[in-house]
Amino acid sequence: METIFFTYQDFYTHTKGVSYVLIVAALVGMAFFWSFLSGKDD
Amino acid sequence: MPAIAAEDAKRFFTLFNIVSATIIIVGIVITILRFTKGLGAVTHLSDDNPWGLWIGFDLLVGVALAAGGYVTSAAVYLFGMKKYHSAVRPAVLTGFLGYALVVLALNYDVGRPWRLPYPFIMQQGTTSVLFEVGACVALYLTVLFLEFVPAPLEWLGLKRVRQLVVKLTLALTVLGVLLSTLHQSSLGALFLLAPSKLHPLWYSPYLPVFFFVSSIVAGLSMVIFESTLSHRYFGHKMDATHLSEKESVTLGFGKAASLVLAGYFIIKIMGLAAGNNWHFLGTAYGYWFLLEVAGFIALPSFLYAVGVRNKDLALIKWTAAWTVIGIILNRLTVSLIAFNWQLPSPRRYFPHLMEIAISIFIVTLGIVVFRFIVTRMPILYEHPAYKDAK
Repeated sequence: METIFFTYQDFYTHTKGVSYVLIVAALVGMAFFWSFLSGKDD
Repeated sequence: MPAIAAEDAKRFFTLFNIVSATIIIVGIVITILRFTKGLGAVTHLSDDNPWGLWIGFDLLVGVALAAGGYVTSAAVYLFGMKKYHSAVRPAVLTGFLGYALVVLALNYDVGRPWRLPYPFIMQQGTTSVLFEVGACVALYLTVLFLEFVPAPLEWLGLKRVRQLVVKLTLALTVLGVLLSTLHQSSLGALFLLAPSKLHPLWYSPYLPVFFFVSSIVAGLSMVIFESTLSHRYFGHKMDATHLSEKESVTLGFGKAASLVLAGYFIIKIMGLAAGNNWHFLGTAYGYWFLLEVAGFIALPSFLYAVGVRNKDLALIKWTAAWTVIGIILNRLTVSLIAFNWQLPSPRRYFPHLMEIAISIFIVTLGIVVFRFIVTRMPILYEHPAYKDAK
C-alpha cells in the first residue's frame, strides 16, 4: 500500500504528520510506562 | 611429590582450560595463515563485501557491548549514584578488554598492524567518519586503560602512582562519555554513506542516534550479565560490599535499561515514519525487522519493567542476556544481513569457517584474560590497603 508522492513537500507533509501523531502517542505512553515501572517503589 | 603434581594437574586440566587452550591454538594457526597467505585464504570477503564478520561482530558488536564502562562511570561519578560503585571496576575492566580486543580484531581486517598509528602521524583523513572512529577509539582505549590501571597498581603495591592516577577519575569519566558518544554514534554514521546498500528498514538519517542509544542499552545489560556470571564463577572473590550491592545494581541498571529501551523503541518507530517505509513490513526483511523491534527491543523493555516492579532479579538477569543477543542481532543485521540486500544470492556474503574461528578465538582471549585479572587484582573487592578505592 505504497502512496506515491509527487513532490518533496507532499512527502514531508505526510511523514511529519504521521510522526507528530506517533510522538504524542509515545509521550502519553511513556507517562503510563513510567507509572508502571515505578509503581511499586517505596 | 607425585600427589601434589597430580593435584596441580587436576587443577590445571579443567574443561574450561582444555577448551579455551584448543580455541587459542586454532586461533594462532589461523592468525599465521591470515598474515602469510592474505585475506582470501581465510575469509569470504570480496569487492562486493569488503566488510564481513570481523567488522560486523568483532568491531561493531564489540564496541557496543564494551559500553558498560562509560555508562557505569557516568552513573557513579557524574550522576552521583554511589550505590553502584562496586559495579565500576568490573564494568571498566570489561570495557577495557572489549576495546583492546576490538583493536586486535581490527588488525586482522586491515592487515598491516605497524600502520595502525598512520592516521595520527602520517595522514589524517579528516573528511572520513572512520578517521573520527579510529581517533576516538584510540583515545578512549587510553582513557579506559587509565581508569583500569589503579587495580593492577594496588595489586603491585605502587601506592604513589596509584594515588596520582585516581585523581584523574573525574576528568577521565567526562572524557570517556564524550569520546563514547562520538564513536558509538559514528559507527552508525559509517552506514550513512550507503543508502542504496542498506535495507530501507534499517537505513535512516538517525542511524547515529540509534547506535548511540542502543550502546547505552548494551552497556547496562552487559553490566548485569557480567555481574551475574561473575557472581556465579567468582563469587568467592567478592567482598561484603560487592555482595550487598549486587541487588541494587541489578534493579537500578534494569530500571535504566527498561527506560532507555522504551526510548529506543520509540525512535525506531519514528525512523520508520520519517522514511515512510511501512510497506516494507510485509516483506521477509520486514518480518526480521519486526522480530528485532518487537522481540529484542519492546519485549525486553517490558520484561525489565516487570522484573524491576516485582524485584524479580532472575527475570532481570535473563532479560539482560536476551537484550545482549538483541544488540548482537542488530549490529549483524545492519552490517551483514540487511547490507547489500539487493545483491543476488551468489554475491551475498556468509562468513568463512576461519572467520568464525577467529571471532571465537578473540572472545575466548577476552574471557581468559578477564579471569586472570579478576582472580588476582582488586576488581571484585576493595584492596584492604586502599579502602577509599575508586
